[in-house]
Amino acid sequence: MIVVKNLRKSFGEVKAVNGVSFEARDGEITGLLGPNGAGKTTTLRMLYSLLPPDEGEIRIDGLDPTRDAMEIKRTLGVVPDSRGLYSRLTARENIRYYGELHGMDKQTIRERIDTMTRTLDMADFIDRRTEGFSQGQRVKVAIARAMIHKPQTVLMDEPSNGLDVMSTRALRDYIRNLKADGHSVVLSTHIMQEVAALCDRIVIIAKGEVAADGTAEQLLERSGCDSLEDAFVKLIGSEEGLLA
Amino acid sequence: MNGLSTVFRKEVRENIRDRRALFNSLLLGPLLFPLLFVGMMWFLESAEKERAEATLELPVIGAGYAPSLIRFLEQQGTEILPEPEDPEELVRSQEVPVVLRILPEYPEKWAEGLPAPVEVISDPSRQESNAPIRKIKGLLYAYGQQIGSLRLRLRGVSPQLASPVMVKDVDLSTPKSRAILAVIFLPYVLMITAFTGATHLAMDTTAGEKERKSLEPLLINPVPRWQIMTGKMLTTMVFAMASLALTLVSFRIVLPYMPVGAFGMDLTLGLETLLKILFVISPVAILAAALLTLLASFAKSYREAQSYMGLVILIPMIPSLIFMANPIKAEMWMMNIPLFSQNLLIGELIREEAVPLTWYALSIAGTLVIGLALAVVAATLYNRPKLIFSTS
Repeated sequence: MIVVKNLRKSFGEVKAVNGVSFEARDGEITGLLGPNGAGKTTTLRMLYSLLPPDEGEIRIDGLDPTRDAMEIKRTLGVVPDSRGLYSRLTARENIRYYGELHGMDKQTIRERIDTMTRTLDMADFIDRRTEGFSQGQRVKVAIARAMIHKPQTVLMDEPSNGLDVMSTRALRDYIRNLKADGHSVVLSTHIMQEVAALCDRIVIIAKGEVAADGTAEQLLERSGCDSLEDAFVKLIGSEEGLLA
Repeated sequence: MNGLSTVFRKEVRENIRDRRALFNSLLLGPLLFPLLFVGMMWFLESAEKERAEATLELPVIGAGYAPSLIRFLEQQGTEILPEPEDPEELVRSQEVPVVLRILPEYPEKWAEGLPAPVEVISDPSRQESNAPIRKIKGLLYAYGQQIGSLRLRLRGVSPQLASPVMVKDVDLSTPKSRAILAVIFLPYVLMITAFTGATHLAMDTTAGEKERKSLEPLLINPVPRWQIMTGKMLTTMVFAMASLALTLVSFRIVLPYMPVGAFGMDLTLGLETLLKILFVISPVAILAAALLTLLASFAKSYREAQSYMGLVILIPMIPSLIFMANPIKAEMWMMNIPLFSQNLLIGELIREEAVPLTWYALSIAGTLVIGLALAVVAATLYNRPKLIFSTS
């Protein structure tokens, strides 16, 4: 469960995030939708405590990232925009590294990797060096790496970036399973179909502010439009930077 | 501290698989430097020998004025060439290294028993003409001595009167201590190796990680950032030390093959000396790892980091170059100066001199304090979000 209230962050003159508030409940998928440069990544970075907010409050299962950074990092699983795998290590070694950084013991790490190799269908490449991996394989490893410690809350920044149709479908199935298991999932995207297909709640962010917030039906109703696409465009106020 | 050792183990594993790291740290320094230096000495020695043994071909102007001098030169193996038209031009255009001109007043002065003038025409700024110049001047001097003592004897004077002082050399140097003359460059090479051995690792684990975009995900793990950075620095240091150890072993193998001319030198590096040198220089590896990591952390990419490194590599060269240009006697206060103190100590170790323990202590402490201070700064550097995200 994530509660964000009136979050603000500036870089010099630029107000990247200018008063963002939303909630992400357990067992739900919350989508942060907005054009490129709307402040989604900055918001996520404040959630996973890599950036301190200028103002506002964040609570993740009651914890504050500015004070309990280490504690929060233990309960979070993050798939950042930059996948950043180590190309000279195998997929398994990449994942194991994160397990060790989480202080997990060898036996548990091995079992977790075996389980995730099955659920994410990674058996073909788990023991290959990640150099030359396809985008789909990279995302799978990045997800496995982020989920090694069974985090309650999962943050994903543009998870389907660069994926082909098949990989995207597999990814969506995986995210739905996380929801079914009671995780709180937050994903940021600039792709409307993604939120339409996945998200229970949609937080539309534009120019660092929340433009609208609610379920798909509520957004349709509020905008008075027939399709989500029109609703998004109307609520954001421009078509710029959005992808159907 | 679990995080620290996890980072260390992963970096070692990853970099052992990296050909560039292996090449830079474990191959370049250890192989290149020893072979380069010994090879260069071989080349210099053989070139010098060749020049010394070669017959001196000497164009002479006015050979007719001094037939006895010419005969003397010929007896000594000089080949006298006919008078050139423009001797200065001949030397300037490097066709011959040296031309001898016997001036017209030579016979007259000679007959009067006054110094008879000859000119040695050459360009000493051309290094390759130094040997022939030295040779002809030596011959002229010998001829002068010979004639001088003959003249004295003819006048019934003992030539010994002309040498009132007799100088004898009492040489206290030992084959070990003379070795430092041949390996004066060794401390210098080791100092550079400490840095070159650390360079690639320092850049790859910081700027490289940022460039490959793996730094952000890494920092989301519940490990304090100082532990992550220290793990990285430790890896860098271990590679620098490995580089140093291999370089020393490599020198131990090739040094005995170094041509050292007529001097009796003992160029074997004993195992004990080797270990002592490694021990003395290890704080430099820490200093190098910390300094290079610190600098590379500011860079956005490997390439940007590389552009800083060119300048940094000058740092270890400065004390060594000063010492090589102006050798001074080691004193206690100098032991506080990082890099310089190691230079002096390694010199003493090669000479197998007894070095006071306090000197070791001061040298290690002085370098360690600065190295650790830099390491502390480097370890906390990624507490600044600006440096983490500087690529995006």
